[in-house]
Amino acid sequence: MSVDFAVDRQAWRHLADAQVNVELDTGDMILNLGPQHPATHGTLRLVVRLDGERVISADPVIGYMHRGYEKLTEFRTYPQVTTLINRIDWLSSFANEVPFMHGAELLMGIEAPPRAQYIRTILTELSRIATFMLFLGEMGLQVGALTPPFYGFRDREHVLNMIEAATGGRFHPNFNRIGGLKDDLPWGWVNECRNTMKVVLDACNMLEELVAENEIFEARTRSIGIIPPEVGTGYGVSGSNLRASGVDWDLRRDGKPYLVYPELDFKVWTHPDGDSFSRYWVRLQETREAARMVVQMLDRIPSGPIMAKVPRIIKVPEGEVWVETENPLGQMAYYVISKGATGPFRVKIRSASFSNVSILPWLLRGVYVPDVITVLASLYFILGDIDR
Amino acid sequence: MPKLPKKPKAPGLIGGLGVTFKTMLRGAVTVQYPHEREDPPPRARGVIALKEENCTVCMLCARQCPDWCIYIEGHKEKRPPRREGGRERTVSLLDRFDIDYALCMYCGICVEVCPFDALFWSPEYEYSESNIADLLHDKEKLGEWMETVHEPEPLEVGAETGKK
Amino acid sequence: MWLALDVGWGTILAIKTIVVLAIIPLGAIILGYTFLLKMMAHMQSRLGPMDPGGFHGWFQLFGDGIKFIQKEDVMPAKADRRIFAIAPAVVVISTFLVFLVLPTGPDLVVSNLDVGVFYALAVSSLAVVGVLMAGWASANKFALLGALRAGAQLIAYELPLLLAVVGVVVMAGTMSLQGIVKAQQTGSIFGWDGIGLPYVFPQIIGFVLFLVAAQAELTQTPFDMPVAESELVAGYMVEYTGFRFLFFFIGEFGTAFAFAGLAATLFLGGWAVPHITDTGWENVLGPIVLLTKVMLVAFLMFWVRFTYPRLREDQLQAVAWKFLIPIGLANILITGALKVAF
Repeated sequence: MSVDFAVDRQAWRHLADAQVNVELDTGDMILNLGPQHPATHGTLRLVVRLDGERVISADPVIGYMHRGYEKLTEFRTYPQVTTLINRIDWLSSFANEVPFMHGAELLMGIEAPPRAQYIRTILTELSRIATFMLFLGEMGLQVGALTPPFYGFRDREHVLNMIEAATGGRFHPNFNRIGGLKDDLPWGWVNECRNTMKVVLDACNMLEELVAENEIFEARTRSIGIIPPEVGTGYGVSGSNLRASGVDWDLRRDGKPYLVYPELDFKVWTHPDGDSFSRYWVRLQETREAARMVVQMLDRIPSGPIMAKVPRIIKVPEGEVWVETENPLGQMAYYVISKGATGPFRVKIRSASFSNVSILPWLLRGVYVPDVITVLASLYFILGDIDR
Repeated sequence: MPKLPKKPKAPGLIGGLGVTFKTMLRGAVTVQYPHEREDPPPRARGVIALKEENCTVCMLCARQCPDWCIYIEGHKEKRPPRREGGRERTVSLLDRFDIDYALCMYCGICVEVCPFDALFWSPEYEYSESNIADLLHDKEKLGEWMETVHEPEPLEVGAETGKK
Repeated sequence: MWLALDVGWGTILAIKTIVVLAIIPLGAIILGYTFLLKMMAHMQSRLGPMDPGGFHGWFQLFGDGIKFIQKEDVMPAKADRRIFAIAPAVVVISTFLVFLVLPTGPDLVVSNLDVGVFYALAVSSLAVVGVLMAGWASANKFALLGALRAGAQLIAYELPLLLAVVGVVVMAGTMSLQGIVKAQQTGSIFGWDGIGLPYVFPQIIGFVLFLVAAQAELTQTPFDMPVAESELVAGYMVEYTGFRFLFFFIGEFGTAFAFAGLAATLFLGGWAVPHITDTGWENVLGPIVLLTKVMLVAFLMFWVRFTYPRLREDQLQAVAWKFLIPIGLANILITGALKVAF
């Protein structure tokens, strides 16, 4: 086969000579990968100029899902804001609540008890597993394999059942409160969770064998959509996308300490190529790592209260705080300004996918049309995260 | 030096075939609703039930709801004093307590803030209607959901019991 | 209606034609139900249709057919009306023509041509014309691009298909399909004639090559870039709705049945079971045996379809020209040399 497994980092510069439409001479064509499209995760519109099969320029048009979150939070109390921000990145919704609650607790000077911190971290890692399982299956779908998404969804169900058993909601747990969590875990949850992690590791192995080791998948994803590390950091790409370009940066380890990550022993996975295959590979390894972290934490949950002493009506004192965390999609941050009321004065949400998508015009020049789909799938953005 | 994936050999394609074949033999995981049902865990947020005798029409739930989907109307009534010569007591009684499930976000804030334990979660989920106006559950219907509310379940090892 | 007792050749021809015309949708439905609906479902840990018809949803495809028939016939305003209407028929006609030479029993073949293999492969490539007509007549730039891609792909994979079969022809010494079946039935493996000599053993490379090329001829994953341009639009079939789309669907699965039938006949021994000759029952046993072998081959084709992602168009062409054709030529060389030597 003519596919070369050695990755050429400058491959994006080489334009192939083959002309598909020598006789037809179609000229430039504008293609709308419109808001309704099976390949974009939601209502992303990509206006693409094509010369035959090759992309000349691509412009993402976002905002089809803008719900006005930052304005909505101005008129709601802190528990009500939690219910809203669950829905920013709906696939890993617990992870969205964590930085906000952490920020409010910093402003109030309260610290959640250790048991609550452990359970928060476990639930965050479970959301990471849930969203990555979907990614692992669904990227196979975007390159054409029909069965991987079903495996991803099937095994994700177990993780969602765990989240539902603890919080009451599969997708929108709404479980964080200022000072701790709403409820403690139900009886038997820890053992069930251990079994679920075994299922997750098996599923990762199965998906690796079905997708990642498949030569056709590699031929479709290697050397496609290479993000050089300087360009990536310049555009604000974060999370697994950046780690797949070789940048060793993980806010759980390198940022300000939050939750129980300083006490945990985990590995940060990077990959030297910056192509779509490495993004898939990094997320696969991170799923396994998350499963191992959950098992670590399950062995070490301390007993104790689940909620710190907080007044009945919570009024957060005046101040401003910036909290950033390593969400599954990338770096998510909240800038909370409080003026002493029961609700925040202003919340600015820095979502990961907004910056991840900003690299698309640069990244999609000169690729083939099917590769556009591969690149979109490998960047893994969620529209709710882009548009808020 | 990060671990690079090893160069795959032809068995990569064969291994994939093996995975689908094994899955085919293992049987389906489909739960054939409506012939079979899966029961959600007891904490699942299915529907909110109202225990009317506990409600004192304090309106906290209606105020705290992020969607403002609870509609409450009440009136005050006089009750005879507890002892001879005392003041007459007033009690608040519910006239109307509607939850509009077309708006409800299932966040649970109302259940949580109620100081008198009048609202409960129930994992019941089969109440879809063909007419959207029928999703406004009134007092009687919310009272009927009380039968489906589960007992509070025991907590995990290490939890402190008896605390809020 | 004639009920002549003295049945002439015209009547026999008419009966055979009607039978073949009935077999095409029936074969398509059997393949579609077993593999596309049920096997795909079980490979994905789910059940597939269960309700239509009561027992495991056997009525699903019939119901789909009825649904398609009663749909409105929509044609784009700028489309070339006549070509638009004829294109699906061309695809189905090419399938029909392949079935004409497929033997299902010692007497159950519509026409036992001496150049059966040559004819079958030649006629199956008529479908390319149908695809190009569909893309051109749709007055849609995407359909045209999809049709051109499909045309390039189908033409490129004709060659491996042919080269795979040449090895079998060399071994059997005849191009007639009945002759090839007889040669497999009466052959022997190094002197042991227990199961005859199904050519899958000596021609294993040819068998694999044939299956891969057939997969590409049917535009099935991993070669379905022309159709799963449903990354963008639905390829050359985008403007076809209702009954015309049903024709394409029947054409696709009917062709799958035909190619599986060809593979079973050329490599697995066709309708014949070794050592069962002259019992008088072969005309009944033959179709059943052939159907079993067809299902086996189709299982392999659909198994690959549901497991692999798809190749990009240029990678697909590279596989055909740089990989499969040299292997096919080498296979012929080796077969010829060994045939002369022994």
